[in-house]
Amino acid sequence: MKDGKVKYIEGNKDHPVNKGVLCAKGSAGIMQHYAPSRLRNPMKRVGERGEGKFEDISWDEAFEIAAGWLKPIRETAPEKLAFFTGRDQSQSMTSWWAQAFGTPNYAAHGGFCSVNMAAGGIYTMGGAFWEFGTPDWDRTKLFMIFGVAEDHDSNPIKIGLGKLKARGAKVIGVNPVRSGYNAIADEWVGITPGTDGLFILAMVHELLRAGKVDLDYLIRYTNLPFLVNTDETSDESGLMIRDADGKEMVWDRVNGKAVPWDTKGVKPALHGPQSVDGVTCKPAFEIMADKYMTDEYTPEAVADRCGISADRIRKIAAELAQVAFEEEIILDIPWTDFKGEKHDKMIGRPVSFHAMRGISAHSNGFQTARALHMLQILLGSVEVPGGMRFKPPYPKPVEGHPKPHHTVTPGKPLNGPHLGYPRGPEDLCIDADGKAKRIDKAFTWENPLSAHGMMHMVISNAHAGDPYKIDTLFMYMANMSWNSSMNTGGVMDMLRDKDANGEYVIPHIIYSDAYSSEMVAFADLIFPDTTYLERHDCISMLDRPISEADAMADSIRWPVVEPDRDVRGFQTALIQLGVKLGLPGMVDENGAAIYEDYADYITNHQRRPGIGPLAGFRGADGKGKGRGDPNPTQIQAYIDNGGFWIDHIDPENAYFKPWNKGYQEWAVKRGIFDVEMPYVFTVYQEILQKFRNAADGKGALQPPDHLRAQLSATMDPLPIWYEPFEQTIINQDEYPIHALTQRPMAMYHSWGSQNAWLRQIHGTNPLFVSGELWEQHGFTDGDWAVVTSIHGEIQVPAVRMDALNGKTIWTWNAIGKRKGAWALSEDAPEVTKGFLLNHLIHELLPPKGDGLRWANSDPITGQAAWFDLRVKIKRIPKPDHIQTKPDFAAQNSPVGQGPKNVSYGKEWT
Amino acid sequence: MTQLPASTKKKLGLVIDLDTCVGCHACVISCKEWNTTSYGAPLSDVDAYGADPVGTFLNRVHTFEAKQEGCSAQTVHFPKSCLHCEDAPCVTVCPTGASYKREEDGIVLVNEDHCIGCGLCAWACPYGARELDKVEGVMKKCTLCVDRIYNENIPEEDRIPSCVKTCPAGARHFGDFNDPNSNVSILSAARGGMDLMPEQGTKPVNKYLPPRPKADIVPELDVLGPLLAQNEKTGGFLGWLDRTLEKL
Repeated sequence: MKDGKVKYIEGNKDHPVNKGVLCAKGSAGIMQHYAPSRLRNPMKRVGERGEGKFEDISWDEAFEIAAGWLKPIRETAPEKLAFFTGRDQSQSMTSWWAQAFGTPNYAAHGGFCSVNMAAGGIYTMGGAFWEFGTPDWDRTKLFMIFGVAEDHDSNPIKIGLGKLKARGAKVIGVNPVRSGYNAIADEWVGITPGTDGLFILAMVHELLRAGKVDLDYLIRYTNLPFLVNTDETSDESGLMIRDADGKEMVWDRVNGKAVPWDTKGVKPALHGPQSVDGVTCKPAFEIMADKYMTDEYTPEAVADRCGISADRIRKIAAELAQVAFEEEIILDIPWTDFKGEKHDKMIGRPVSFHAMRGISAHSNGFQTARALHMLQILLGSVEVPGGMRFKPPYPKPVEGHPKPHHTVTPGKPLNGPHLGYPRGPEDLCIDADGKAKRIDKAFTWENPLSAHGMMHMVISNAHAGDPYKIDTLFMYMANMSWNSSMNTGGVMDMLRDKDANGEYVIPHIIYSDAYSSEMVAFADLIFPDTTYLERHDCISMLDRPISEADAMADSIRWPVVEPDRDVRGFQTALIQLGVKLGLPGMVDENGAAIYEDYADYITNHQRRPGIGPLAGFRGADGKGKGRGDPNPTQIQAYIDNGGFWIDHIDPENAYFKPWNKGYQEWAVKRGIFDVEMPYVFTVYQEILQKFRNAADGKGALQPPDHLRAQLSATMDPLPIWYEPFEQTIINQDEYPIHALTQRPMAMYHSWGSQNAWLRQIHGTNPLFVSGELWEQHGFTDGDWAVVTSIHGEIQVPAVRMDALNGKTIWTWNAIGKRKGAWALSEDAPEVTKGFLLNHLIHELLPPKGDGLRWANSDPITGQAAWFDLRVKIKRIPKPDHIQTKPDFAAQNSPVGQGPKNVSYGKEWT
Repeated sequence: MTQLPASTKKKLGLVIDLDTCVGCHACVISCKEWNTTSYGAPLSDVDAYGADPVGTFLNRVHTFEAKQEGCSAQTVHFPKSCLHCEDAPCVTVCPTGASYKREEDGIVLVNEDHCIGCGLCAWACPYGARELDKVEGVMKKCTLCVDRIYNENIPEEDRIPSCVKTCPAGARHFGDFNDPNSNVSILSAARGGMDLMPEQGTKPVNKYLPPRPKADIVPELDVLGPLLAQNEKTGGFLGWLDRTLEKL
């Protein structure tokens, strides 16, 4: 700070995540803070939707307008509000608000981001990568990274890679594109998009054949010894055999009988058919081994499809086995497991993995994520030294998560949290006729385990009035009329479409953003947000905290300057709107506000007694850890401590967390959960099998006939690979090329382009064409390309790239901008040379000829299948008039344009 | 013409590890943020929100592809800033004495009060490491954060160039190449630190660590092969399973 202004942003050395380093976005935060695109006032639309014509209004008027729309629908039909947030941060607060309002239509953006990764992990091992878990960077010896968005979690990964490089540990990168992390990988596997699962299962095939799996680990920590009902005629077919208490059984191979799985000292069988009370069954391990040891999964069988030679697949499997089993790590740290058995040391298998959108943004992404977790588990490398480790509040099994709730009562709160993890068909959000209860159709037979909701379907469903019409669409920080939607042009049309009476089909749109984004132009009412230096935030244990594997930790932001505009932090505005609406939990019996603003909520809100948004410095004395009464000086305590709170886990509790008695006790003490919940990894996931059984006609809850085949084929209780859907419908000879995007590390979604410094790094996004395709189509330097999918066409500048899978083209994500947005000039390179791949992707698959339109999503979680895209390409000469196509009319800028030149710091030098 | 010192007491400079740099541009922006608010004139951005934004940077990352017979094409991220050459042609070409190399630590600096913005130094530098600020009309270049490394107002561990402090992957190292026991001397010796374009005869102080050889080619290692052969002789998968279970 200097002269009352923000001068310089520096990393905090003590911070558990960034440890003092800043990425490019961090150092350029100063240009974000002073960006000319910042919104200045609440606004109401005065032109047509999409034009960007607004009139400034007061906050009082803004709340008055919003309450005028929302109050009546809350009293009559709360589901007519669809409230979706582009941010997962503060999701515990926004979901609390939506629950109090009573609408079932709430979610964050996970459905079009990486829910496959999250749900695949939770359903397999009670945690996943990224905010759920991390490689043991200090101990791992071989690290394998599959496709990740390199703008996310980027400092921890870069710090971790730096550690591996400093000690010469090996990095294998699996990605069609050799950029970023893959550029420094010691070995690059330029896999064909959508085939990661096949590659993984071929390695599983090899490891099983060679006996290179950790049987001791599998018996102790997974459900693979559990007995599975093999009677295909049974209603319980494929489900676990249970005793009278509902406990899963294993076959005691010493005493020759079935016993509960956690019987002390039991030596379970891993193969051999048995019969328990007349029901035929066998251990899940045998079912698994039989499945993957078939010729379907030999390296030779998959090599061509993956674009990886069979020898290479075998070699990588061998390396994994070599490091996991021949280079094991032993820590002389005793620990005690949940059965009370004492272990005198910790054995580690120093092989670790990481993955994200690259494998998950496909229609086979859920099962691919499961396959990768199964590989980790077979190697015995989860929650062990040198492997992959969970970060509190994880590990947390499915049973530790809520189920989805959808019961609406006018004028009352919803009956529970919106999002959750279904345990079977009984938890779907459908009515007695099978009709979706949610506007996004999450948790239906079409995508039963859509744990993060399906924000990408909201606008098209609301426009279609399917499953019903809504009144108000309320969104926060989600650029849905541009880079966050498939079929961008179509979505813009839906947002401005009018009915026969001349009324908008989606009647009201409220939007909150800090900047003049493309979505602002389509709103009727704008709540202007602050920049991140002008607000309170909490990175909460109830959301996605900053924990590390060795510690629980959370953090805050607090305003370092007051806004110089009439803007309010969105969470504060939301609380104030809630007060205006009289929502329960936000007003007392006299209708007075319980929380003045977000900071007040952060300090005083209790989710359960003693548990609040911040875990640190609780109680009157400020010494409470995890649990304790609200502390009026808590935020100051965080500020005094550098903005965060951290509580380290004792070394004897820091590994084997799902089974570690000491960890479980500590987690209860800290309020992570209320009872100890040790569990085993569900490599064999019977929840999936329950949907399959329903598809086979078993049970009272039945899917519609047209979905039976899809459910049977995809809801396999063991990980499988199937062909991404789009390519099974289109003519692959006509559309032979894979097309995808990567995230540049120096940008974050669409927000970087308004930043005077960052836009000089990534101001344009050429189409990168593989050398093979470049030669085949006769491209020369400077050429442009026409790229066509079954859905759309774009015309864009092309460049050659050889470090790229031969059948693939790609570009940077979200660089292209609409004219007039983000306070850029209308001839900015982001407009004239930048473009979106989104125009080629539709939220629905092309018609199959069965009279139905199927979602372009994972059939299990509903995740948007961005990377299933197939295209054809044609060379064209550089056009005389440089303008990528499609080219949209300009939106009016409510904030004008940025200044010509910037000499930041002039006043201080 | 400006004189170079015959020798310098210290030889401060950077080691940049090309095996570790992921091309994230953190160093580029951190450099800009620090230097635009401190040493000399700010680093301007012309047409900052327009059609052709061009700003002054003291450090940039270039990305290129390297193709070799028999292995996959590689992507290399190559950060580049002033190399603080021992025989710095940018100094000797300066008509006003504004460009100079310090005798005490070897840092090459520009005295902006004496700089007339003629651009000769940028023309003489074979690395393109100097940029003339279009708004301020003076030559800008890496100072090795001379206003950080001796700055007693900041904690001692932070007295390193901004780019080194921020590099998340730890690909940048700062130290004295005249001291054989310094971190940079040891690293450079261990990993084959290289001069950039040695044929130019500028004797750059900064060193680049080359990317380690890639393992993209299928090697000899075959752990699984022998085990498969053994398993097949001894009852296959189930034989292995039973033997292993007995041992647990």
